[in-house]
Amino acid sequence: MNEQALLGLADDELVLGWRDSEWTGIAPMLEEDVAFSSIAQNEIGHARAVYSLLSDDPDALAFDRKLEDYRCAPLVELHLLEWAHTIARRWLYEVADEIRITALKDDSDSAVAGLAAKIDREEAYHRMHAEMWHDRLREEPRFRKAVEELWPYALGVLPAELRGELVTRVGLGEVEAVARGTHSDELGPLWEEMTMVRRSAPAGAEW
Amino acid sequence: MAAVEIPRDEQAFLEYVQSGGQVETTDWMPEDYRKKLIKFIEMHGNSELMGVLPEREWILRAPTLQRKLALTAKVQDEVGHAQLIYRVVEDLGKPREQCLADLVDGKAKFHNVFHYPTKTWGDVGVIAWLVDAAAIISQKALLKCSYAPYARIMKKICWEESFHILHGRDVILAMVTGTPEQFQLVQEALDRWWDPLMQFHGNPIPSEEDPMYLWRIKSQGNEEARQQFLDGYVPQIRELGLTVPDPKLRKRDAGVWEYTEPDWDELKHVVTGHGPKTEERLAFRRRFLEQERWVRDAVLAA
Amino acid sequence: MGPGRGSRGVNEHSVWEVFRKEKRGAAFEHAGSVVAPDADFAEAWAREQYGRRGESVALWLVPRDAIRDVEDWADEFDLKYRRVDGYSIKTRLKEARERAGTAGPG
Repeated sequence: MNEQALLGLADDELVLGWRDSEWTGIAPMLEEDVAFSSIAQNEIGHARAVYSLLSDDPDALAFDRKLEDYRCAPLVELHLLEWAHTIARRWLYEVADEIRITALKDDSDSAVAGLAAKIDREEAYHRMHAEMWHDRLREEPRFRKAVEELWPYALGVLPAELRGELVTRVGLGEVEAVARGTHSDELGPLWEEMTMVRRSAPAGAEW
Repeated sequence: MAAVEIPRDEQAFLEYVQSGGQVETTDWMPEDYRKKLIKFIEMHGNSELMGVLPEREWILRAPTLQRKLALTAKVQDEVGHAQLIYRVVEDLGKPREQCLADLVDGKAKFHNVFHYPTKTWGDVGVIAWLVDAAAIISQKALLKCSYAPYARIMKKICWEESFHILHGRDVILAMVTGTPEQFQLVQEALDRWWDPLMQFHGNPIPSEEDPMYLWRIKSQGNEEARQQFLDGYVPQIRELGLTVPDPKLRKRDAGVWEYTEPDWDELKHVVTGHGPKTEERLAFRRRFLEQERWVRDAVLAA
Repeated sequence: MGPGRGSRGVNEHSVWEVFRKEKRGAAFEHAGSVVAPDADFAEAWAREQYGRRGESVALWLVPRDAIRDVEDWADEFDLKYRRVDGYSIKTRLKEARERAGTAGPG
């Protein structure tokens, strides 16, 4: 089990789920608001499942680490309260994540492989949703610009050896990735808000 | 057997609905009935949508993964309810875009409770438990609404609400059995929410004077709803060791609850757009409505 | 009662009626509607609005325009011969029993 890689996956899903849940109530149309919220919940659910492989206390792993110990990719940290970028990120992330999950389905650890297969089955709906939006907006300048801006970050979701596959699927030229390992400025404020209630009670308090 | 035909006469229509008759979208209906229906149902939709904003902040701050998931699902349901409700209004003739524009322009109303701030995780519990409970009492009464499309969506809404109250109570129970500070969070939230809760069902109007009741859009009077709320929830509040912040609250021998008269002026003031958080929340909603107009244009254009 | 052309002219071209099957063996029932530009969006959104809590095993999505409303029947002549309420057998049955000297079946 490659713990660092799994933590990266879990942290990506946690933070992206957190970002996606920011759209609750303010998505462009009500039907999409409901659908997007399901995606956010699924992401948090995936994070929880992966944390549970790594620890008996998934909440502690999710919330109680120091900022520098999180392994999420900068792509998911960005605060994108604007639809073109949000949907561009969703689409890019799903393409990258599919590549990652496919590799994990072949993991020698059966617990990891099994969980990856479960995640993959649920992600099928996320991919349908992302493709649907991509098809609808591909000619829209705002969307294309957003995809180009986020592209270096998308590359950073994957380790170098898997980026070629992403380049093929997305159809943009390879550029320097904004790689995992250094956090953007946006993670700090996110973490503050995410943990403010939890930190208000002593460790071990029940909520 | 001839199909039941709605009589095209206001008095006969009144008798029809008062004897339990159901009305569908394409049936003839008096213009006054249609207008009151739209206003009532639209206010419900607005309330579901505005209710999202106070709770949304706490999704981001939820202290465990389980609570984050539950709160996201609960708020998702509220957005879903808004969708169901606005669809009913739209089929009655008022487009959703118009409803949302009127909402953010301050021309339409929504329930008092969503004009107030949320300050702590204690509010999250109190809202999910008690505010939702107050709402469900009204919603259950709407299952008998004379306008059938609305009555039908109320079935789905009531079904989905069933986990909300349990979730709320679970949040409260975790805190009242936790640290003294956590218990205080709940009591303090209750202290702040009690007055808006008592105002929620509206000032007592005799049924004979309430057009909503005469048209059988509502099948329950305001005071009846409030009494039902007190009956159901005061014992639940007290059994946790919490104090209801109304020294006059007591149940008389006849089974009727007595309480400090709510400030009906405050209620009117708040629902006409002057609540502590009204302007900020409407402005927030207006910002996103305008900002994402291009998306609706790009997607909903056939 | 089904959806029909259930609107007063707003958004009719982009309303999709949703029918849901609650469990295997049940019939599809009208559940509500979503506003969507095409079948893909209608599917994505109806899945969530009518299935996120596991309350449906299947959905049918139909553009409202595709639905033909049928709401009236002529009822001019006596058609009771083909309905249960067109038959009253009490009197004749009593007469037959009296003739046969029997009190009832058996």
